[in-house]
Amino acid sequence: MANSGTVGQPGAAYTFSSGDETVRRHTFAVIVDNEPGVLARVIGLFSGRGYNIESLTVSTVSADESVSRINIVTTGTEMIIEQIKAQLHRLIPIHDVHDLTLDGAHVERELALIKVRAKDHARRESLRIADIFHAKVADTTLDSFVFQIDGDPEKVDSFIELMRALGDTEVARSGVIAIARGNDVLKV
Amino acid sequence: MSTQQLSGAEMVIKALKDQGVDVVFGYPGGAVLPIYDALFKQNHVRHILVRHEQGAVHAAEGYARSTGKPGVVLVTSGPGATNAVTGLTDALMDSIPIVCLTGQVPTHLIGNDAFQECDTTGITRPCTKHNYLVKDVNKLARTMHEAFYVATSGRPGPVVVDLPKDVQFAMGTYEMPKSAAHKTYKPILKPDHSRIEAAVDLLLSAKRPIVYAGGGVINAGPNASKLLAEFVRMTNFPCTLTLMGLGAFPANEPQYLGMLGMHGTYEANWAMHDCDVMLAIGSRFDDRITGRLDAFSPNSKKIHIDIDASSINKNVRVDLPIIGDAGYALEDLIKVMKARQKKPDAAALERWWGKIDEWRALKCLSFKDGEQIAKPQQAIRRLYEKTLATGKDTFITTEVGQHQMWAAQHFDFQKPNRWMTSGGLGTMGYGLPAAIGAQLGNPDGLVIDIAGEASIQMNIQELSTAVQYRLPVKIFILNNEYMGMVRQWQELLHGGRYSESYSEALPDFVKLGEAYGMKGLRAENAGQLDDVIDEMLAHDGPVIADILVDKSENCYPMIPSGAAHNDMLLGPVAEGEEAIGTAGKMLV
Ligand SMILES: Cc1ncc(C[n+]2csc(CCOP(=O)(O)OP(=O)(O)O)c2C)c(N)n1
Ligand SMILES: [Mg+2]
Repeated sequence: MANSGTVGQPGAAYTFSSGDETVRRHTFAVIVDNEPGVLARVIGLFSGRGYNIESLTVSTVSADESVSRINIVTTGTEMIIEQIKAQLHRLIPIHDVHDLTLDGAHVERELALIKVRAKDHARRESLRIADIFHAKVADTTLDSFVFQIDGDPEKVDSFIELMRALGDTEVARSGVIAIARGNDVLKV
Repeated sequence: MSTQQLSGAEMVIKALKDQGVDVVFGYPGGAVLPIYDALFKQNHVRHILVRHEQGAVHAAEGYARSTGKPGVVLVTSGPGATNAVTGLTDALMDSIPIVCLTGQVPTHLIGNDAFQECDTTGITRPCTKHNYLVKDVNKLARTMHEAFYVATSGRPGPVVVDLPKDVQFAMGTYEMPKSAAHKTYKPILKPDHSRIEAAVDLLLSAKRPIVYAGGGVINAGPNASKLLAEFVRMTNFPCTLTLMGLGAFPANEPQYLGMLGMHGTYEANWAMHDCDVMLAIGSRFDDRITGRLDAFSPNSKKIHIDIDASSINKNVRVDLPIIGDAGYALEDLIKVMKARQKKPDAAALERWWGKIDEWRALKCLSFKDGEQIAKPQQAIRRLYEKTLATGKDTFITTEVGQHQMWAAQHFDFQKPNRWMTSGGLGTMGYGLPAAIGAQLGNPDGLVIDIAGEASIQMNIQELSTAVQYRLPVKIFILNNEYMGMVRQWQELLHGGRYSESYSEALPDFVKLGEAYGMKGLRAENAGQLDDVIDEMLAHDGPVIADILVDKSENCYPMIPSGAAHNDMLLGPVAEGEEAIGTAGKMLV
């Protein structure tokens, strides 16, 4: 039968090439009702539509605990980022979606606890590096430390990388929390 | 403040009544017995007993789409809820307002793998617009009212309210519905005026404009369709409709190009491809419409009006997005257009119509009547002509497959809310229960399910529902003994290897209808077609009509998935060829 080059390509209908294809990292603050299932809705949206989650944290933020803030770090092309925001907006218990990356300057922080098991020189070196990074010692044994570090995610990344070189490590990270700089206060 | 003490089950019924619900489609079970008991004791809400919960949701969809009111479903926990999932997904994809009440095991048993327990809110989270689990009887009434608000506002959709059995028994305070807006959910209805002005600028500068409208116009209410017609007549712009939008613009108007997309007309798809300004309204650029995206209407400026911001720039990058209700937007467009000195470029439009008329001259939907066996298109066209002659308000539902596309191509709709088909999900088994719902919403209407012999078997049990409630629905089966659409793809794309697409061991549909207590008819050849249609339409009761049609007919035009609008396959008649030979499938 007569055929065109595209006929035999299943899924070809779904490729799109328009606008800016650069993949960027965006940080969102999503203000939601603190009700059961709301986090599942957000996570389900990301997995169901194939969006990327780099980091996600959630906690209540209003005095009466009725409102939560979900901090999400994601990546995508401009079109995908727009889609994520629009899709999040569609969820019924969502008050607001703030694209902190787009809105301007903001502060991102992360907390990590890193256990390093090391002896002798490596042990001393880990302590020296922790000092340089302003990490605190949260726990110690004769052959291990638990360091507590906070800062922007890159700083935490580099600290963990250095620790890995010094011994067996175990890492717990809080995920990114973020807030806009300046004197504007988000009412929730 | 009204502080009435009621049981949860009574509250459910009272809330339905206060929401103006007159009919509920449902199926009982252990976890909803208190609600069924409350139903038994009242006369405001009529319960229609379906034969399968999927049927209940599709019936509610048919009711909703033909009346403009939300459809209501009541099912039990566990299997009742899981059986409803296909219907809920269907309603989500097609933006149909549904409130589905599901029974749940008592709150203290939730999470215990109790008998007939399932995680209903978990399972239905991705296939509803929103869902609720009501754990406190004092929040039940408010939740019910909120469910109706969410289902019907903005872009409509299905909402599930999961009701544990202990909450149905518990006593609590009933609250009346409040008109007060939702705390967080506030869809934008009024479009931004400056964007409407910008849209009018673009439309007035157009040399080759097109209006591409969809189901959103129908969801915006019948007035939106009137405004669409006014706008198109006033501008003399060509207008094409999606499968979901059929009826939003009258098919007999000269500006109508027919449906677009995978099985759309040659003129609609070419006009979409060649236009310079596109006004998309209540339509969402889905893959059945656009074909290959990088070749979709490559040289046009696109205006997109939609109530759902997430529909904008999802598949196709548009130049002028406008968020709002289709009705409001059309009203504003008309107002602004009228106030302008400048008028659409008449000379350019005349050239554009000249081009369109060349495409139209191909008569892409033409077919030759079958001499022995009827052609499926012929059967639908005769059905259309004969229903028209009855003068009755006619409602068409369909199943899914070739017959669905032929119905969309050959049955003309002049009004909205007369055409109900599963567009987004493409659910075989949709048509019969949807017809039942449409008939309940329109007792005096003529309701016909245009079906395929394979699809009809997917919810065939609902014949019993039609008979029980004396619903005179007509089931018009285009029996080609194949899952025709599957066979067509296998012929065109899989070397004619008809893997599992033959409808083997078919029941005798005439006897089957009779066994259910309805009239059964058969047309074995083209000669019997008219008589069978007449007899079917004349019968005051449900009818199943088995229309034997050409088994090898394919549905054209066709844009194979992944191909561009101007890569259309045309049928043998439009190609001027006798048989569907190799040359007949030449790409145009
Ligand atoms: C529930 C479901 N299962 C499978 C399909 C895939 N499918 C699409 S059309 C079709 C064949 C339908 O056959 P029939 O009802 O006889 O209609 P025809 O195409 O012959 O007119 C199938 C299997 C579907 N759309 N829905
Ligand atoms: Mg068939």
